[in-house]
Parts: sequence; structure tokens; C-alpha cells
Amino acid sequence: MATQTKFDTQDKHRFLLNMGPQHPATHGVLRVVLEMDGEYTMGIDPILGYGHRMQEKMGESKVWPGFYPNTGRMDYVGAMPFNHGYVALIERMAGVTVPERAEYIRVITSELNRISSHLLGIGAYVLDLGAFTPILYAFDDREDILDALEDITGSRLTYCYYRAGGVSKDIDDTFIRRTRAFIENFRTRIPMYNDLVTNNIIFIKRTKDVGIITADMARRYGATGPVLRGSGIAYDIRKSEPYSVYSQFDFDIPTGENGDSLDRYNVRIHEMEQSLRIIEQALDKLPDGPVYEKPKKVKLQPGDCSFSVETARGALTYYLVGDGSETPYKLKIRVPSFSNLSLLREMCEGMLIADLVSAMGSLDLVIPEIDR
Amino acid sequence: MSGYFSEIYTGGKSLLIGLGVTFRAFIKPVVTVQYPREKIDVSPNIRGHIELIKCNDIEAKHDCRVCGMCAKNCPCNCIVVEGEKQEGVKGKVLTVFTVDFTKCSLCGLCVETCSRSALRFSNEYELAGFTREEFHFDLIKRLEEK
Repeated sequence: MATQTKFDTQDKHRFLLNMGPQHPATHGVLRVVLEMDGEYTMGIDPILGYGHRMQEKMGESKVWPGFYPNTGRMDYVGAMPFNHGYVALIERMAGVTVPERAEYIRVITSELNRISSHLLGIGAYVLDLGAFTPILYAFDDREDILDALEDITGSRLTYCYYRAGGVSKDIDDTFIRRTRAFIENFRTRIPMYNDLVTNNIIFIKRTKDVGIITADMARRYGATGPVLRGSGIAYDIRKSEPYSVYSQFDFDIPTGENGDSLDRYNVRIHEMEQSLRIIEQALDKLPDGPVYEKPKKVKLQPGDCSFSVETARGALTYYLVGDGSETPYKLKIRVPSFSNLSLLREMCEGMLIADLVSAMGSLDLVIPEIDR
Repeated sequence: MSGYFSEIYTGGKSLLIGLGVTFRAFIKPVVTVQYPREKIDVSPNIRGHIELIKCNDIEAKHDCRVCGMCAKNCPCNCIVVEGEKQEGVKGKVLTVFTVDFTKCSLCGLCVETCSRSALRFSNEYELAGFTREEFHFDLIKRLEEK
């Protein structure tokens, strides 16, 4: 895969540098071709597709339930909302009703997954900046979430838990007890993260005013999630177009002011606090009843349908065209990291390479989701 | 100039506070588990590869009636189920039940669609091998060995 960008080769001081595809700071197989002038990056060209697995085509080649396991394998860090988007799309298309308890369970598990995803994102970001310890603290907390989710979903990372019409397994008292214990524990841990990372002078110096994304730029590129909210635009699908039972919970949308890397980091920290609030309310209100009502044979009617959910990295949209059979005629997945990555060139031109790593890390990209 | 010194003060203080967190963790008990010498109990609900459930009160030791729904619903086509008619037995008798675990994505659709509830997930997670064939599990043989 050759780079399409025309680089300035006349200047003898300029040279090309490959960042990736196996660079630790790209968190996956992303290759970024950099045109360097000394330590300054003058041209940036991300090259995608190393992890392309034809997820959309796979969705079009088997009956719709067959795509369940694939949804969790695009964004393996925050798989639950990807599950959620797909099942909700099928439910909307076929008019399947979902028991209320199942909706609450979906919200609880999705939010837990969002916290675990942000913990990994923050930990890996600080790791990119050269601090090794914080990721171990983040993994310590993440472990509690993974253990709780493993007990009900059966897997630790690539969940396949939601079904059109509910969820595959009911939550039990152990899960509720564990989740409440986690909330209590994690509330005490957030100040610890602030002491360890957020207020650290080296961290602030590396992130403040680095990789500024203005609100206008974020809108132009269609940035989503914490990247968009870091630029001061309070847009969250959970509020603007509430799906599931999100409209019943009281939570805020944290936003940043300057749109720099530090703001995006802070948005993630505050989002974890808000997720704790949502989980707490959902556990308090959790109704009794069934969790799965298996729909009768669902045929995808001719026509199209789309559904958007808020994943840990931003808005995810599934778009499906049916042709009357059980197999989707067309399945399109609009993933958040793809649009967030497109900001990279404008954001990082003329930057020091060390700052580029910092700015790119703050986008919290998951490459298999981009390549899908 | 005063900004310069106040930054040194606040910056140095923030570093010491951060080191304090590390120091507190340093004197806490060790949480690292020395796998494989030590093991943590895994949840009984984890999804390993599928297996037939043992029933002692029937001759075949399992409740599979070869309806083939698991193989039909599998998105990865990793299950092979075959049966044959035998004299004096109502319905089909299971002769082949294999899983190609290299293809399985552990979605659980087979377990959910089994009308006889004859399947479940095993709790095996320590799987490693040198050939693909080591992951082609013969579930009937596995059941007999139990």
C-alpha cells in the first residue's frame, strides 16, 4: 500500500518516516507515513486497511443473528454498545419489543463497558506519554468490571450478550453486589487518578494546548464522542436522541473548553463519573420480569433502517437494507474512530513528533474498528 | 518571574503527590497471581467450547436427538452433527458431533437453540496446541471419557 500523498522530496533535509504498522503508539495495525523536517512532522498520511476483515460483507452473507458475534469484534475494547446498536437496529426494523428489565440490564452493562474502555484508553494514553504505572492502576479497576461482566456474559472482552428481544442471561444478586461494590470503590479511586495523572505537571505540560481541535474543525470532520465533547460541543446520542431507557436517567454531558488533548482526557474522566451515576440509578430502578422474549421468525422487510448508539468512542450507526429475506441486503457500519482519525492530518501538521504521539493518543483510536 | 517559581513549587508538589500514590501501593499487599503456579477460580459461567451434557439415566448418556439446529444456526459453520436410524430406537441416534474450535466465535447461538438443552459451554480455558487438528473436538468421545 503506497502512500497517495505527494511529499516534498526536493528538500534534502526532509525524510519520510513510517510510524507503524507495528508501532506501539498506534495501538494496532495503523500505519502513518510522516514527512519529517528534523523533529517536525510536515506531512501526515494515515494508511488504513491492515486489519480489514470484511465485517460488513460478513453481515450480508449470513442470516441476521449470525452477525451477533462480529459486532463485538470490531471495537474489542467497548464491545457492548456495538452489540447494542445491532440488536436495536433489528428490533426497530422488525418491531420487536424488549422487556423493560432487559433494557435496564443493557444500560448497566453498556455503561460498565464504557468505564472499562475509558480506563484502558486513559491508561494506554498515559503509557504513550511515557508513564508506565497508571495503566496498571487502570487495569486493576478494569479487572473488577471484567470479572463482573464475565460472570454474566461468559466472556471478558468480545461480548456477545445482547439479543434482538432482550439479553441472553439474567443478572443475579452477585452481579448487583459486585457492581455496587465497584461503584463505591471506584468513586474513591477517581481522586487517586487525579493525584497520579491529571494534576501531574509533566502530564499537563505534555497535553495542554497540544492537538487543539476547534469546535468548527470538529464539526467539519464529523468528530464524535469525547473528541467532539472535548471541543466544547455537548453532543451525546444518549441525550440528543435517547435510545433504550436512557431518557429515564439523570446525567450530565461533560465538555471541554479548549479542545486540546488535556480536555479530551478530562472528558473521559468525567464521563466515567457520569456512567457511575447512570449505573447507580439503573440498579435502584431495576424492574423484575423476563429478560428475553424470543421473537418469532424475523424477516427483514424490504426497506432500510438505521440506528445510532453512543459507544465509548462516539456515535456508532448501523444502516441496514432488507429485501424480505432473513439475510441483510446491505449492512453499513459507521464507526466513530474513523471520523476521529480523519482529524489527524489537520490537527498535527507542523507538530513535534513527540506531540503527535500525544495528540494521536488522545483520540483514543481502536484500529480494528476503523478497518473493520 | 514569580510565575516561574510558583510553577516549580506546584509542579514539584504534584510530582511528590503522585509518588505518594505509588508509595502507598508499594506497601500494600501483593495482588499479582503467579500463574500457572497459582490459579484464580474462574466463573462457572465462562464460555469455553461447547460440550454435551451428561445424563446418566439414559443409555446414550446425552440428550441429543440430531435435529441439527445447532449446526444450522452456527454463524461460523463449525459444528458437524450426523445421526442414523437404528432399529428399535425412536428417532435418530447421534453418530458424529464435532466442533471446529478454530472457527468458533463463542456466540452461544447453538446452546440457545438446542431444544433438548443437551449442550452447554465447558469451562476449559487453557487450550494451546501445535496443530489445527488439536482443536477439532469430538464431543461424543469427550463425553465417553468423562
